[in-house]
Amino acid sequence: MTDLDQFRSETRAWLEANCPPEMRKPVVNDDDVFWGGRNTRFASEAQKVWFERMRDKGWTVPDWPTQYGGGGLDPAQAKVLREEMAAISARPPLSSFGIWMLGPALLKYGTEAQKAEHLPKITAGLIRWCQGYSEPNAGSDLASLQTRAESDGDDFIITGQKIWTSYANYADWIFCLVRTDAAAKKHDGISFILFDMTSKGVSTKPILLISGKSPFCETFFDGVRVPKSHVVGTVNRGWDVAKYLLQHERAMISGLGDRSAGRPLGQIAADSIGADDQGRLDDAMLRSQIAAFEVDEAALASAAERAVDLAKAGQGHPAFSSAMKYYGTELNKRRHEILMSAGGIDALEWESDRSRGGLRPRAWLRTKANSIEGGTSEVMLGIVAKRILDLPGA
Amino acid sequence: MPLVLTEEQSMLRDSARGFITDKAPVSHLRQLRDSGDADGFSRELWKAFADMGFTGLLVPEQFGGSGLGCVEAGVVMEEIGRTLMPSPFLSTAVLAASALSRGGNEAQKSAHLPRIADGSMLAAFAIDEGTKHRPLHTSLQATRAGNGFKLNGAKALVTDGHVADLLVVVARSAGSAGDRKGLTLFLVDPKAKGVAIERTVMVDAHNAARIAFDNVEVTADGVLGEVDDGAGLLDNILNIGRGAVASEMVGLSEEVFGRTVSYLKERKQFGKLIGEFQALQHRAAQLYIDIEITRAAVLKALQALDADIDNAGTAVAVAKARAGTTATLAVQEGVQMHGGMGMTDQFDIGFFMKRARVCQELLGDSNFHAGQLARAKGY
Ligand SMILES: Cc1cc2nc3c(=O)[nH]c(=O)nc-3n(C[C@H](O)[C@H](O)[C@H](O)COP(=O)(O)OP(=O)(O)OC[C@H]3O[C@@H](n4cnc5c(N)ncnc54)[C@H](O)[C@@H]3O)c2cc1C
Repeated sequence: MTDLDQFRSETRAWLEANCPPEMRKPVVNDDDVFWGGRNTRFASEAQKVWFERMRDKGWTVPDWPTQYGGGGLDPAQAKVLREEMAAISARPPLSSFGIWMLGPALLKYGTEAQKAEHLPKITAGLIRWCQGYSEPNAGSDLASLQTRAESDGDDFIITGQKIWTSYANYADWIFCLVRTDAAAKKHDGISFILFDMTSKGVSTKPILLISGKSPFCETFFDGVRVPKSHVVGTVNRGWDVAKYLLQHERAMISGLGDRSAGRPLGQIAADSIGADDQGRLDDAMLRSQIAAFEVDEAALASAAERAVDLAKAGQGHPAFSSAMKYYGTELNKRRHEILMSAGGIDALEWESDRSRGGLRPRAWLRTKANSIEGGTSEVMLGIVAKRILDLPGA
Repeated sequence: MPLVLTEEQSMLRDSARGFITDKAPVSHLRQLRDSGDADGFSRELWKAFADMGFTGLLVPEQFGGSGLGCVEAGVVMEEIGRTLMPSPFLSTAVLAASALSRGGNEAQKSAHLPRIADGSMLAAFAIDEGTKHRPLHTSLQATRAGNGFKLNGAKALVTDGHVADLLVVVARSAGSAGDRKGLTLFLVDPKAKGVAIERTVMVDAHNAARIAFDNVEVTADGVLGEVDDGAGLLDNILNIGRGAVASEMVGLSEEVFGRTVSYLKERKQFGKLIGEFQALQHRAAQLYIDIEITRAAVLKALQALDADIDNAGTAVAVAKARAGTTATLAVQEGVQMHGGMGMTDQFDIGFFMKRARVCQELLGDSNFHAGQLARAKGY
């Protein structure tokens, strides 16, 4: 038995012994997700137990160094753990912007002091982060952001407005892009800075989504005082950090949608529409749409696996996460269009208990943001054209 | 017949548009939704619709209507689609009026049609039962009892079923699910014993109900058309309804498209109007072409319904299939091109996306109608 085989069998046994049965069911709504943070509550005892066991093993973030509360797994081991968790449909014990976005940026650009302060609180689920990038006039053109940070001794004084800040009203800290040099070219005067959302001068105002939920906000900064030591990377070089973080965000978003978990889409459709006497979904057109979808979904899963392996082998293209983000999000939107079609009349109900409060249509509407958040599909295609294909004028 | 509106039809369009955009802009629907209105539409506006003659468009003149056709009904539906005005027009003035005027005997017509025309009666058409629209799979049972029938079963997505004064119910009186033979239409009083109506709050904030029938007694007078031979009548009623919903989707698509093009001319990123980006220009141009093609197909179907309804089936299938895919594309592009703004409830565009989804499902989605076309062509 190789070491990796050994690791796999130990991992399987550990998961079997430690993952509560309730945590092996597909995530249905936001309550099923544990986000951590100062004001967090566990939705259930099982969620708490599962989180604590995984945290103690360092497996809330398996591939971060153990000194920060990670699992210290190498990429091959981390992949084995992912596979074994997927095999029993284990839910992630902790979801957070700290894990997906800030952590990788801090590991690359942070000072030792910054890493030591923030990473352990991320792995332990103590601090919940939000992302202060977009502004009313800086969406796709993020680099034109206007939130000002003015120097005042050892501090910056931050004034301006962010928008679409997901979960800003629940977050403890924000990683934020601010303009530290108004005279420089737009990419050259930006800094990446961290601060506490309870700082004086920070306020948030929730925005209602078309799904009827309100997971994002307008976020206002009115003279917020932040120590200069909270800048990650070099002052005025924040764009490098921002872009690096976006690569991770995009890779994460491309994987949205419960790929391996749960029943195959065609069977979900057959549950509601019925099957003919040979067991085929009793809607020939929908059946072929689902089959075509599943072909693409399986292929994308391979591409996602390969992207990780290529990166590990040093052969990845840094902009490839944009390609994956484009394809993964368009696919997830297709998945939910199919689910709506399969749900037919039943999937149009918005409030009834029967529809679990309109779970399916609300989820469908939420996916429409997948090709907008983290950079739109159009921006992703532009990046591929420019950075990978090197097309003229792109 | 030229595939353009006549002068009279254009005038009808102008008056419908003037009234609807003035009295029932999207904010009207929003307000009804947010206040949790018990009816989900405005009775006052319905009265005004009646005064303008819209409720009786498809009612023959001798019963107090104007005896116009599907093209005219489509003209009004298209305007409804532009502002998403919730109104019983489809359920009452299109589906029920068609059912009564085409299937009713003199007594039934004179009892109900004048009241539809003058706006004093609301009616709903109860067809769907399962997850999808499958008229021939109707299995709500009508069993003979005395000189009449007893109804047992349940209906879903009954548009305006929660406010109807009269239900037109499609039931199976013989044969089994899937058979063309054995379908009968009934007129049922929603207050009759054994009828249980549950209003369902819908994704699009429009109005529908689930209705259960538990040993509901209907006398022979309640039979609309022929016993066991209702399929032909049903096809015609459904096709008229499909033409109407397709028209609503054309209006909806055009409105979303118009709003999106305006946004492309307003929103700036990278120092340019986003409408300057060729990637978006081409998609807007494609959508324009898509809508124009669908508009033609829908008008063709409406004219076919008026000219020779028994042979309009394939034209209607083409129209409803196209209208569904076009509206879906229009709302998807609409949200996407508005970026984060398109995802907010505060912005109207999401209302269009939700309504388009319901219209797609109503009376058969694009897949259903493409399948109908295939069957009609013999493959
Ligand atoms: C649900 C959700 C959650 C979000 N969470 C966060 C968050 O936590 N933090 C945060 O900072 N931001 C967040 N965002 C914001 C998101 O990153 C922006 O919405 C996105 O970058 C697009 O910006 P915009 O909304 O201003 O659209 P715009 O940039 O105005 O785009 C409008 C349209 O124009 C297109 N377009 C723009 N430029 C071009 C071009 N050059 N070529 C072709 N087409 C172009 C776009 O693709 C889009 O279709 C979130 C957004 C959503 C919807």
